[in-house]
Amino acid sequence: MKKLSSSLPHLILSLGIITIVVGAVLAWVYEVTEDPIAQVEKQKKVNAIAAVTPEFDNDPMAETVEVEMDGHKIPVHIATKGGKLVGGAVESYSMNGFSGEIDVIYGFNRDGEITGYQVIKHAETPGLGAKMEQWFRDPQGHRSVIGQNPSKKPLTVAKDGGKIDGITAATISSRAFLDALNRASSAYQQAKTQRDE
Amino acid sequence: MNKLQIIYNGLVKDNPTFVLLLGMCPTLGTTGSALTGMSMGLATMAVLICSNGAISALKSLIPDKVRIPAYIVVIASFVTVLQMIMQAYLPALNESLGIFIPLIVVNCILLGRAEAFASKHPVGDSLCDGLGMGLGFTCALTLLGAVRELLGTGRIFSLELFPESYGSLIFVLAPGAFIALGFLIAFSNYIKTRHA
Amino acid sequence: MLTYLSIIVTAIFVNNIVFAQFLGICPFLGVSKKLSSAVGMGGAVTFVMALATTVTWLLQEYILVPLGLTFMQTIVFILVIAALVQMVEIVLKKIAPALYTALGVFLPLITTNCAVLGVAILVTQKGFDLGESVVYAVATAIGFTLALTMFAGIREQLAMTEVPRPMRGVPIALICAGLLAMAFMGFAGITIG
Repeated sequence: MKKLSSSLPHLILSLGIITIVVGAVLAWVYEVTEDPIAQVEKQKKVNAIAAVTPEFDNDPMAETVEVEMDGHKIPVHIATKGGKLVGGAVESYSMNGFSGEIDVIYGFNRDGEITGYQVIKHAETPGLGAKMEQWFRDPQGHRSVIGQNPSKKPLTVAKDGGKIDGITAATISSRAFLDALNRASSAYQQAKTQRDE
Repeated sequence: MNKLQIIYNGLVKDNPTFVLLLGMCPTLGTTGSALTGMSMGLATMAVLICSNGAISALKSLIPDKVRIPAYIVVIASFVTVLQMIMQAYLPALNESLGIFIPLIVVNCILLGRAEAFASKHPVGDSLCDGLGMGLGFTCALTLLGAVRELLGTGRIFSLELFPESYGSLIFVLAPGAFIALGFLIAFSNYIKTRHA
Repeated sequence: MLTYLSIIVTAIFVNNIVFAQFLGICPFLGVSKKLSSAVGMGGAVTFVMALATTVTWLLQEYILVPLGLTFMQTIVFILVIAALVQMVEIVLKKIAPALYTALGVFLPLITTNCAVLGVAILVTQKGFDLGESVVYAVATAIGFTLALTMFAGIREQLAMTEVPRPMRGVPIALICAGLLAMAFMGFAGITIG
C-alpha cells in the first residue's frame, strides 16, 4: 500500500478516523471496567470499616455523617447494633506526613476509645506504611493507641511530652499519624452530638 | 534481520535504560522494590508491544505531517486502557505505581520506538522490537529495584537475605535511586569496555 | 495566603519535582551540561507549565467532569500540552523573537517532559482550585529550574575533574544528583501553617 500524501483532506481524514476509533474503544473499555472499579473502591472501605469498629449489624456506609473541619469534609460512618450506637469509623487525614498527605481510617467505640485503625494511603518512605500499620497496635512499651481516648486529651508522641512512643527514626510520620488520629477523634465526637440532636 | 536478533538488540545491545538512557523517570521513581520495578517494566512493555504493532499496521494510513500527534493518540489510548484495567483488577499495584502509569504516555521509549522502528518496519518485526525493548526495560527496572531493595531492607522480592537492621534505608529513598542507577550504568560501561 | 505559601515551599523544597518525585529527569540529565542552557530550559518549562496547568484545569473542571469523560484525561491532557507547545512556539516567533531565540530550541523538548503532564494530573488528584493549581505549577517549575541550575553548575565543574573511565558522563552525574537529593532531604518535614 502506498503511503498517504500530506494533503489537507488526508491529514484531517487520517487523524479524524484514528480519534473516532480510539474514542469508541476507550468508551467501551470504560463501560466494561466501570463497575469493577467502583466495586473495588467500595469494598476497600467496607473492609476497612469492618476491621476497625466494634461489631455492628447496620450498613455504616449508608449512615455517614460529614463533619466539616479546617475546610475539609471528614466522613464519619456510624456503626449501630440493634439500633443502638456501638461506635464509628472516621476517614481522617494529616497533611504533615514526611512527604505529604496520609489517609487513615480510625475506629472508635461508643465512649470514644480507639478500637482499631487502618492506613489507607500514604506517601511516606516505602516500608514505613507497613510499619505504621503494626506499630501503633503493638502492646510493647507505650506504642499502642488501642483503648486510648483522645477526646479527653489529644495524644502526642513522647518526644513532644506525650505518652505514645513514636516509630523509631520516623518521628514526623508518627506525629502525622497522631495528628490524623486526634482529628478523627474530634470529628467523631462532633458527629455523635450531631446525631443526638 | 531475523526476529530473535531484534529481540536481542532491545534486550542487550540497545538496552533502553543502560545504553539509550531513555525513560529515566519511571526507572528512578518506581524501583523502591524489585516487585514494583518489575510491574512497571511489564506495564510499559504491554503498552510498547501494542503501540508498536498498531503504529506499524497503520503506518501507510498516517500522513507524515501528522504522524507525531497520531502516534501520541495511539499510545495514550493504550495507556488509558491499561490504566482502567489495572484500576479494576489490580488496584493495589495501580496504587503503588500511582502517577507513573498515566505518565507512560510521555516515556520517551514509546514515542522513540514508534518513530525509529515501527514506522519503518512490518508488523511482526515491530512486535518483536516492542517485546525486546520492553524486556530490556523490565530487566533493568527489576535489577535496579532488587539492588535497592536488598541494600535498603535486606530483601529481594520480600525474601529476607539479611536482617533489615543491617540495611541502609537511604537506598530505598530518593538519593539511593540516583546513586544505585549511577553505579549500575558505570558497571555496564565497564563490562562493555572490557569486551571491546 | 498561608495555603499558597505552604504550597510554594512544599513544591520548591520539600517535594522537589526532580529530587523527591522523579519527574522531568530526562531534561534534567540532558540539558544540564551548561549553566546557560539550564536557565533557558527552566524558563521555558515555567512558562509552559503555568499555561498548560491552567488550560488543563479548566478543561477538567468544565468539560471532562460535567460530561463524565474523566477517563479520557490522559489522552486529552497530552494532546493539549503538545498543541500548546506548538502554539507558544509560533506565537513567540511572531511577537517576541528575542525570547524565541532564547527559549526556542527547548520548546519541542517540553512535550515529552513528564513533569508538565505530571503536574497537570497531580493538581486534579490533589483537588486544588484554579489559583492553587497555578501557584503549584509555577512553584514546581521554579523547583525544577533550581534543581537544573544547581546541577548544571556542578556538572560544569565535573567536566574538569578526573573521573574513572566507566563512571564518566551520566553515571557520575547520577551519583552527584543522588548527593543533591540527599541535601534536599534536609527540607523534609518542614511545614508552614
